[in-house]
Amino acid sequence: MRSSVIIFPGSNCDRDMDVALKKFGFKNQMVWHNDQSIPKSDLIVLPGGFSYGDYLRCGSIASKSKIIKSVIDFANSGGLVLGICNGFQILTETGLLNGILQQNKFLNFICSNVYVKVKDKQNKYFKDLKKDVLELHIAHNEGNYFCSDDELKSLEDNNQIAVTYCGVDGTENEKANPNGAIKNIAGIFNKNKNVLGMMPHPERMIDKYLSGEDGSLFFKNILDNFK
Amino acid sequence: MEVTEEVAIDHGLKKEEFSKICELLKRTPNLTELAIFSAMWNEHCSYKSSRKHLKKMHTKGKQVIQGPGENAGVIDIGDDDAIVFKIESHNHPSFIEPYQGAATGVGGIMRDVFTMGARPIANLNSIHFGSPQHKKTRNLLRGVVKGIGGYGNCIGVPTIAGQTTFDESYNGNILVNAMTLGLVNKNKIFYSKAAGLDKPVIYVGSKTGRDGIHGASMASATFDDKIEEKKPTVQVGDPFTEKLLLEACLELMADNSIIAIQDMGAAGLTSSSVEMASKGNLGIELNLSEVPCREEKMTPYEIMLSESQERMLIVLEKGKEEHAKKIFDKWNLDFAVIGKTTNSKKIKLIFDSKKVAEIPIDLLAENAPIYDRPWKKTKLPQKLKFDKDEFKSLKLSDCLKKILSNSNISDKKWIWDQYDHTVMGDTIQKPGGDAGVVRVHGTNKAVAASVDSSALYCFSHPLTGGKQIVCESYRNLISVGAKPIAITNCLNFGNPEKEKNMGEFVECVEGITEASKYLDFPVVSGNVSFYNETKDKGIKPTPTIGGVGLISDYQQMLTMDFKTEGNLVYVIGKTDGHLDQSIFARELLNEKKGPPPTVNLFNEKNIGETVLDLSRKNLIVSCHDVSLGGILTAVSKMCIKGKKGITINTLKGLTNKYEYFFGEDQARYIIEIPKASLKKVNDILNKYSVHFDELGTVNGQSIVYKDDINLPIEELADAHKYWLKKYMDS
Repeated sequence: MRSSVIIFPGSNCDRDMDVALKKFGFKNQMVWHNDQSIPKSDLIVLPGGFSYGDYLRCGSIASKSKIIKSVIDFANSGGLVLGICNGFQILTETGLLNGILQQNKFLNFICSNVYVKVKDKQNKYFKDLKKDVLELHIAHNEGNYFCSDDELKSLEDNNQIAVTYCGVDGTENEKANPNGAIKNIAGIFNKNKNVLGMMPHPERMIDKYLSGEDGSLFFKNILDNFK
Repeated sequence: MEVTEEVAIDHGLKKEEFSKICELLKRTPNLTELAIFSAMWNEHCSYKSSRKHLKKMHTKGKQVIQGPGENAGVIDIGDDDAIVFKIESHNHPSFIEPYQGAATGVGGIMRDVFTMGARPIANLNSIHFGSPQHKKTRNLLRGVVKGIGGYGNCIGVPTIAGQTTFDESYNGNILVNAMTLGLVNKNKIFYSKAAGLDKPVIYVGSKTGRDGIHGASMASATFDDKIEEKKPTVQVGDPFTEKLLLEACLELMADNSIIAIQDMGAAGLTSSSVEMASKGNLGIELNLSEVPCREEKMTPYEIMLSESQERMLIVLEKGKEEHAKKIFDKWNLDFAVIGKTTNSKKIKLIFDSKKVAEIPIDLLAENAPIYDRPWKKTKLPQKLKFDKDEFKSLKLSDCLKKILSNSNISDKKWIWDQYDHTVMGDTIQKPGGDAGVVRVHGTNKAVAASVDSSALYCFSHPLTGGKQIVCESYRNLISVGAKPIAITNCLNFGNPEKEKNMGEFVECVEGITEASKYLDFPVVSGNVSFYNETKDKGIKPTPTIGGVGLISDYQQMLTMDFKTEGNLVYVIGKTDGHLDQSIFARELLNEKKGPPPTVNLFNEKNIGETVLDLSRKNLIVSCHDVSLGGILTAVSKMCIKGKKGITINTLKGLTNKYEYFFGEDQARYIIEIPKASLKKVNDILNKYSVHFDELGTVNGQSIVYKDDINLPIEELADAHKYWLKKYMDS
């Protein structure tokens, strides 16, 4: 499976993502934000970081960068686009995903392990995933997902909510919500479920010496579903 | 403006220093020249009070590639890999403007490291605040933590360990010390020594603004009531630009274009250009009209003194200008050829086609004043005679809970949750352990790092305190299974013009030197911060040691959490029960006098090597050094982290249990041993002739000692974990 990771000025999880993708067998390439086009890919990843310093609003300048038109075209033609953390923020800024990511409820950056519940498995990311609850890792200041009532209803009606913050046993409650996100939302899909944005970083959970290994399941599952 | 003695004094120079300048120059300097002298001759840049004593430090060893004197120190970790690291203070600016002060402290130290060609792989910090009751403490702490996080998180370098203390002596002068480790190929290290004539001098990075002018002079003076007026001397950081600068510099460093490179830190363009020329024994000519400026009509004076952040000065190979410019253009950074190297051995400045300054380099560097300041020895305080009958009214379990929730012992999760400690995907020991550990990317090696200081011990007896912190650092590295390699130090002291403060400095340095020599744990970089004093009140002497160690196979890393029920727990090293200067004495007896615990370097080394041997042979499964708060505190942390209890054996002999459990004797570790390894462990301990006590057995969910203690781990955790969060929320 071929993947491309886009590097924006200020991206800082690009290498981590590259390492993770290659570890599980993706043929990955790095693409510079100023390039016109993206090499032939089956998956495009927008990595975490602080693209363009997150000035103006997180992800907003990146959503107007040169490469982004190709990303949007790729997504609209059904290609898999994954945005992690800042990548998720960029996807909402481009309009590929609904809603916005506000500053965390307690106004602090949070770096911590979290549990997320997989809400939908009818998609190429989570189909046949063995677990329903994953232990992942978050590191963000603006991860507090918010959208209008109409948008939320539409997300729910179309099963576009991908993952929600929960306790170790899968309970979704306020205690398990690290940043104040509406309905504990940690990640969402677009209507066709080929575009996924989520705040947790699976690429930081890929071997037992790190914070955990559930990120491995996530990447392996994408590959398995591609075969 | 005419330059007079008054003008010189306003620039922080002493009367005699001004006369010396006039005498050396054989004329009165103009204002720009005076500014350059004041920047180069202040304490911060010239080390004029400390240099005499720093020379005595132990800085050599076969592991040292570069000792003090460069942007950072460099050590060999095998296979052509080298670690570049340094710690630096940003105390004065952080007190005036906590967010920006702390943020630019982190930015500055990272530049020092990547200037040498290394990619930063870990950040640490040691931060010290006034009493929790002081009205400024909460806001300063919040601002500093946000500043450190704001900068490091954005660059994408994990913050892997740190230290936070509270003491009333920091009420008017907080301390913010930031440390960075970088990884470099040992054959591709870049230095700041210029070489060759007529080579282009390049300015890259951010534009120069009016921020930070006189920053270095501000950091070389004490504070008074008017510190608020000094806010404009604090620089403003832009981590995004630094991230671009980091990537651009590393890209340019991939080939052979750079002859020398130096970041513009304290005293900006002045000190970077003078230092590069001085080290290369050359002259330098700069056309200030070519310097990219953020604001209009900046004068040569302002350009030379600006401490705008995220800037670098490079001496490039001739003909490589276009190639270099392309890289900086790609990263959207300013790039300007602003001068050249010369053989004049002078710094010559041109502005608007006119010469505006010309000073022989040696007057600024080698001829800068050196002071042999008078200093006073601190006598070892008398050991206290505690009335042990008084202890009997204290319940052991109450004492323990009180100590665990002490501001200096309690868990600092509230802080490190705000630092990205997992980015780069190699953090294998997070903050909260004895040391932070990151893997050397793509290898089996890992590097451990820790920051330590013991102001109470140093205040009581600087010589012992100096030795103790080096040992503490040594132990923290060994506790995670790392072989200690070298240290960096940040020497935070009061006013060196006072004999007592100067004496504290001299004796702490002496202690550090003695211990680092004995332990083969040399000092490879560091910085000195004097004048941490407000309205005549100085801080307690606070030298901070940043230690770095190597784990050759990261699978052998140790953590402190108890692992398995039934395993045995030993205390390695002898416990005499030294309570003077302990947390127990302070917190429960309100006793602040007495000497710090004695440091026995032979024991430190022997016991350290024993523990390292045990860990290399995979005979122990957890380890923690015993320090502040003594054995019971250390063992409680191991219980809390492992969510497991311990049953403690009845103490042998006539040892007083309070002294045994809370004494802060040095050179001790607690280890957890699987039963199957017991015989081998005992053999090794006997081989090294190391004293050990069988403390107890990992068991259940409570910490139990006879009828005295029966505390559920959850209750201990509550006492330990929430003090800081509650404090910040209140």
